[in-house]
Amino acid sequence: MNPTNYLYLSAILFSIGAVGVVVRKNAIVVFMCIELMLNAANLAFVTFAKINGNLEGQVMAFFTMVVAACEVVVGLAIIVTIFRSRRSASVDDASLLSR
Amino acid sequence: MNIQAPALEYGALAPILIILAAAVIGVMVEAFLSAKVRAPIQLAISLGAVVLSLSQVWNLRGSATTTAAVNSVVIDGPVLFMQGTILILSLFAFLLIADIDAFAAQASAVPGSSEEARALESGRIQSEVYPLTLFAIGGMMIFPAANDLITLFVALEVLSLPLYLMAGLSRRRRLLSQEAALKYFLLGAYSSAFFLFGAAFLYGFAGDVSLAGIRSAVSGGPGNDVFLIIGMVSLSVGLLFKVGAAPFHAWTPDVYQGAPTPITAFMAAATKVAAFGAILRIFYVSLGGAVYSWKPILTAVAILTMVVGSVIAIAQRDIKRMLAYSSIAHAGFLLTGVIALNQEGLRASLFYLASYGITTIGAFALVTLVRDSSGEVGDLNRWIGLSKRSPAMALIFSVFLLSFAGIPLTAGFIGKFTIFTAAYESGNIAVVVAGVLSSAIAAFFYVRVIVMIFFTDSKQDTVTVAIPSLYTNLTIWIAAITTLALGLFPAPLLDFISTFSTFAR
Repeated sequence: MNPTNYLYLSAILFSIGAVGVVVRKNAIVVFMCIELMLNAANLAFVTFAKINGNLEGQVMAFFTMVVAACEVVVGLAIIVTIFRSRRSASVDDASLLSR
Repeated sequence: MNIQAPALEYGALAPILIILAAAVIGVMVEAFLSAKVRAPIQLAISLGAVVLSLSQVWNLRGSATTTAAVNSVVIDGPVLFMQGTILILSLFAFLLIADIDAFAAQASAVPGSSEEARALESGRIQSEVYPLTLFAIGGMMIFPAANDLITLFVALEVLSLPLYLMAGLSRRRRLLSQEAALKYFLLGAYSSAFFLFGAAFLYGFAGDVSLAGIRSAVSGGPGNDVFLIIGMVSLSVGLLFKVGAAPFHAWTPDVYQGAPTPITAFMAAATKVAAFGAILRIFYVSLGGAVYSWKPILTAVAILTMVVGSVIAIAQRDIKRMLAYSSIAHAGFLLTGVIALNQEGLRASLFYLASYGITTIGAFALVTLVRDSSGEVGDLNRWIGLSKRSPAMALIFSVFLLSFAGIPLTAGFIGKFTIFTAAYESGNIAVVVAGVLSSAIAAFFYVRVIVMIFFTDSKQDTVTVAIPSLYTNLTIWIAAITTLALGLFPAPLLDFISTFSTFAR
């Protein structure tokens, strides 16, 4: 199969994630959309590794997975803390600062 | 099968490794020592590591450009200067962190709960902030030194993740602080995703993740130009977010206001140095050949950033938000140095980063002193007539504001002058005109604050200027003296920077 198709898929997934971050209200869902964007980038890396015929893209994909795992740890800690103090994980409720 | 271990150039990496090792030791201290003794030990470890690392940077200053860790890190002049600047700024940030009771007793406790009351009563603070800061410093030192996209991405995350957490550690106004952490985290992760997507397409374009490989592909390779454009744009979005350039600046005022003030100072000063270090390297070294593709866009972003920062700052009523918009405007001025794309521009950017960083640390240190019974007072209306209560501090704050405004005899003037000169000489007239005009707008609100502090009679109010303790006092005075000294005698530092201002290619 033509590897370019994977690039289109990657771009579509990335766009879904990018739009999702903007339109969704729950912090967890927003965060999942960001993870989708990271994985779309990973797909692009692996596809380019196949196209270019070297391994650097695949190595980068592993690094991205590790970094994404760290991001989950930090992100969920922040989201859980804010949920405990507000009883809500909606990003629209968190608006004390802009007043 | 015989696998050879790659050679790590420990000498060249020493400044970074010292900081990261100290951070790991800090985590161990948190795990094994009792809560009462942790904070002073953590401070000693942190200050010791920063000073040791600084001495290593100083030792490396004359050495030839080297790459380390199998070409993933490059140690050249600009990198050493930026690492030194980051370390000096971190030293002052640590003094502020140690000095002020700005941090939560237990960040996980729900605000207002009995759990939090118990934690406050026990007199603890969340001393994890020291190792977190050290990790962030480590990431900041690698970020401008990264020589390939992998290292660049990992360094970006290493510097960002601790900052997200530290933004939520404020002792007072906990809900605001947690909200700042949430906003910073979500928008920061969003921009990281753009950065990564851009990195993927640059790799697809060049077939190589190293910055040198991308440079040779840009200056005439077989690569697909569509990949290059997508990669450049996405990567730039990620980087411009980090420095708070418009239209990606929305997080800056919220996070600056909500985060504990010592962390705001650290973030405003040191992150800017690291992020501009990476931006300068990518645009000067890797994408220099594609200058006609990115220059119009970056010029528009720079002009927009300067104007947005300067104009919206006028309407701010909170001192930290005002300084946040001021930092956005300064990001615009610094982008002028990127657009200049010549050695003069690099030299001016390095000088600007150093002088802006030290002034910023001083200004936020002073913000921590203006208090009432419930903590820091950010409301500008309550700063009216502050000179009556503490003339010396009011005078020093005016020096910082005048330096931000770029009034002669301060470091800010020399910074702006050199950076606009560099942009002018490279033929970017439009951005220089916009820069000078928005400087004039910006001067208005800085001077307005000075007028409020000095020439307006105060109403009866409970706001006081706390007597600064040794650490804060030291930070404020050194920042003030440096700001004036760099304004009066800029030549030694400019000459010093000249020996550093060539990127390895």
